[in-house]
Amino acid sequence: MDGAAPVLVIACGALAREIVALTRLNRWSALDVQCLPPELHNRPEKIPAAVKAAIGAGRATHDHIFVAYADCGTGGLLDVVLREEHVERLPGAHCYEFFATAAEFEKLSNHEPGTFYLTDFLVRHFDRLVIAGLGLDRHPELASEYFRNYRKLTYLVQKPDASLAAAAREAAARLGLEYDELQTGYGDLATSLAAVARRHEHTVTLEKKAWPR
Amino acid sequence: MSDDTFDLSTLSDAELIEQVHDDLYNGLKDEVVEATNLFLSRGWGADKVLNDALVEGMRIVGIDFRDGILFVPEVLLAANAMKAGMEILRPLLAETGAEPIGKVVIGTVKGDIHDIGKNLVSMMLEGAGFEVINIGINNPVENYLAALEEHQPDILGMSALLTTTMPYMKVVIDTLKQKGLRDKYIVLVGGAPLNEEFAKAVGADAYCRDAAVAVETAKTLIAARRSAAAAAAH
Repeated sequence: MDGAAPVLVIACGALAREIVALTRLNRWSALDVQCLPPELHNRPEKIPAAVKAAIGAGRATHDHIFVAYADCGTGGLLDVVLREEHVERLPGAHCYEFFATAAEFEKLSNHEPGTFYLTDFLVRHFDRLVIAGLGLDRHPELASEYFRNYRKLTYLVQKPDASLAAAAREAAARLGLEYDELQTGYGDLATSLAAVARRHEHTVTLEKKAWPR
Repeated sequence: MSDDTFDLSTLSDAELIEQVHDDLYNGLKDEVVEATNLFLSRGWGADKVLNDALVEGMRIVGIDFRDGILFVPEVLLAANAMKAGMEILRPLLAETGAEPIGKVVIGTVKGDIHDIGKNLVSMMLEGAGFEVINIGINNPVENYLAALEEHQPDILGMSALLTTTMPYMKVVIDTLKQKGLRDKYIVLVGGAPLNEEFAKAVGADAYCRDAAVAVETAKTLIAARRSAAAAAAH
């Protein structure tokens, strides 16, 4: 459609920085990105309706849509929407899984089910999404209730950054958890978006070739 | 004493009931404990304090949670306040020798360490008169089987918070089927990512959206099962 890339990627706001980085790095001209509020991370029951609305609006401007969410705690209800809309999404249960990749995440969860995971985004917004999101800013005494069965915090690192690692370590100390980190890079986020971009890059090329000079 | 506090003992019974509902709503544990003791000192039975003050107060909290007015932190604080009140009442209720209305084994499934919702459901079931055996978190099927064998409950409750762990409920239910035990128990499932369709797909008897629904469902299904058994016996 006029002016738009062939594919609209409707993404979790928590992935905005990573998707923009990947798009620039790979020069994916086939993808336009629209992010939904990252606060939905804490309200998964609202994700299916929010994505459905975004798909509805996106149909007016784009021929193809891809959803950059995993199941994200919707218990399969996001997939119900996506089946109805014939739209694909990222693989896996949540961002921890697609960053780490499924096999690696399974190993991590089996090794220690009591692991609290952070990504680059969650480290950056730890106070807003974790501390305030769980009401710990108002009721710090609830930390022991939320985290009593957790043993460690694992920081899944997308892009190494010493200040983020220090903040993640501090977050673990604040929650009374052991600290661990794992360099995941962009994992299945990168491979999935690359596949979508590859599928549609030829459309962009053909359109460019067809432009009058 | 600050300007905004007052002596609960000056309130009438009706006023104190309203006050304890407000205090539960606001998660004021000390005030709920004080009110519980006050009711007892006025000669109220433990069961009446439990039902009229604590359970009713939590029912209101549950409605506002369901309607998106209250969120998890507020519900947790309210639950802690109710728990403190129940700790006073529990020994008194035990002394009455009243028969529980049913027995429940409840636990979070293997791979999942989340128990806030499960513990709230346990507390509300206990408040409603059930005997609850809470087997904790990260339970493989063997733990469920052992607890069912040992306690012979009416109901098995399973909880999961994660999309990755909730399929384990099917493992437990399928094992019960293989062992010919499935029909012996009412199986209730719950947890944030679950829904009715999932409960049906794994072969549970019902999905319980929240603690209040869990209590009502447990009561209804036990009553139905008992009347079916009574009808079959005649």
